[in-house]
Amino acid sequence: MSDLAIAARQVRYEQKAFWRNPAAAVFTFAFPLMFLFIFGSLNSGGTIDTRGGITFVTFFVPGIAAFGLISACYTNIAMRTAIARDLRILKRVKGTPVPAWAYLSGQIGSCIVTTLQLVSLTLAVGVVVFGVDFRWDTVGGLVATLALGAACFCALGLAVSGLCPNGDAAPAIVNFSIFPLIFVSGIFFPLDGAPSWLLSVAELFPVQHLANGLQYAFDPRTAAPGVNGGDLAVLAVWTVIGAVLALRLFKWENER
Amino acid sequence: MPAIHVRGLRKSYGAIEAVRGIDLDVEEGEVFGILGPNGAGKTTTVEILEGYRARTAGEVSVLGHDPARGEREMKERIGIVLQQTGVERYLSVTEVVDQYRGYYRKSRPVDELLALTGLEEQRDQRVKTLSGGQQRRLDLALALAGDPELLFLDEPTTGFDPSARRGAWDVIAGLRALGTTVLLTTHYMDEAQVLCDRVAVIVGGLIVAEGSPDNLGGGTSASEIRFALPPDTGADALPDLPPGAKVLVEGDSVLVTAADPTHALATLTGWALGRGVTLPDLTVARPRLEDVYLELTKEAAPPHEVAAP
Repeated sequence: MSDLAIAARQVRYEQKAFWRNPAAAVFTFAFPLMFLFIFGSLNSGGTIDTRGGITFVTFFVPGIAAFGLISACYTNIAMRTAIARDLRILKRVKGTPVPAWAYLSGQIGSCIVTTLQLVSLTLAVGVVVFGVDFRWDTVGGLVATLALGAACFCALGLAVSGLCPNGDAAPAIVNFSIFPLIFVSGIFFPLDGAPSWLLSVAELFPVQHLANGLQYAFDPRTAAPGVNGGDLAVLAVWTVIGAVLALRLFKWENER
Repeated sequence: MPAIHVRGLRKSYGAIEAVRGIDLDVEEGEVFGILGPNGAGKTTTVEILEGYRARTAGEVSVLGHDPARGEREMKERIGIVLQQTGVERYLSVTEVVDQYRGYYRKSRPVDELLALTGLEEQRDQRVKTLSGGQQRRLDLALALAGDPELLFLDEPTTGFDPSARRGAWDVIAGLRALGTTVLLTTHYMDEAQVLCDRVAVIVGGLIVAEGSPDNLGGGTSASEIRFALPPDTGADALPDLPPGAKVLVEGDSVLVTAADPTHALATLTGWALGRGVTLPDLTVARPRLEDVYLELTKEAAPPHEVAAP
């Protein structure tokens, strides 16, 4: 079996393990979908005057897609890696001939598969239930933002897993590192009236640019192909930062 | 060339020297045991050989490779059972075993691995529903997935009940029959006695004795003849024994230690038959590995406690 085939096989294996573990599947999937239904229903029919009167769901559904991507990539890979290290699964794997890149590609690949499932479901619910207009002419911007976002948040997730001293600490560290950013990045509600210093801080981090990149592709005022270069550039920079940090911080074993 | 060749191995953690100069040779096809108290440096030594830890000094070769390089070629040829390791708990035994097979160029079939480790009945069970002993057998099945030439077993039967231990011994004996070289660490002297061709005792990061389990004590391992004094017989009535035999009488129980028990025994039984009495509770035993081990680890106890990392 070639190393590429080993990596592909690892994706299947991780997907199986993911779906068999009810807690992981529920946390990753149920949260974004729950927020989608609650906030979507509360605000359906609303419009956002500061954004040219676009409907609230046009802003909110891509925002939840961003939240889903973060949940499926960042949170998922960071938790799974920290727990696998705690259970010494990583130590066992390191004793086999499987190359590190093939094993980790399997982890990342599995997160991307989960992201595709979750984002597709979110957008489908948005279109069918909340009547969001899906724009085919800006699919380019949508896909580019999702692809770069997945790379960025998988890399950052792997990096943060290296900061978790053990599996018990992982949920606190992972959630604490991402939730404040999610709230100040215009995912659940527009931040048009927020203090400018808060917006400037949020601008520095990738969450805001992921959400904005996706919202841009859904905004009826956006011209085809809906690619927001500024957002993609920030995501690309954070992808590099994440990859460098992941390479430096990744550990196969907990320190004892 | 031996399967494992170690010279002058040292490992320090900060100021603590866990391994203080070990020499070791494990021949191909041999089952070699490393014995020693907790914190003696057993696991540190084995994990250096497995490639998990970098050594501070010394020369190490495992199947011709330097394990510190982490070469894939070496990992293709070894199997590792660590003290504690997990697998994805929600997957079935077959799914996990099959996945690990895929990591190796050359692998054993799933059915053979399950048969070897006695997990056929659990094949469709989720890992998390396995008993402790069954999970340990799964560890072994995963270590054997790549059909290794050399198998590392770090305390393979700790926590097993006696029948599970026998089962594990049968598996290891079977592997030896197939020509697999095995390096194991254990706390259990009976395990070392049954399984190992040779053992080394590590205390305080040093090997204090090495040899076959039967000859570990070297020349000092005299046999022990025990019996009770026959009724109405005083210790002073005992016959003169051949030179070299020592007699110790405590109450009415007698302990004779002799390098050559045949002579001493003939003298004793001849004496008893001549008097028309028997020797109650007569036993002849070689000192057990456990006794030798306890003696060695007591003598060689380090001045300061060396903590296991």
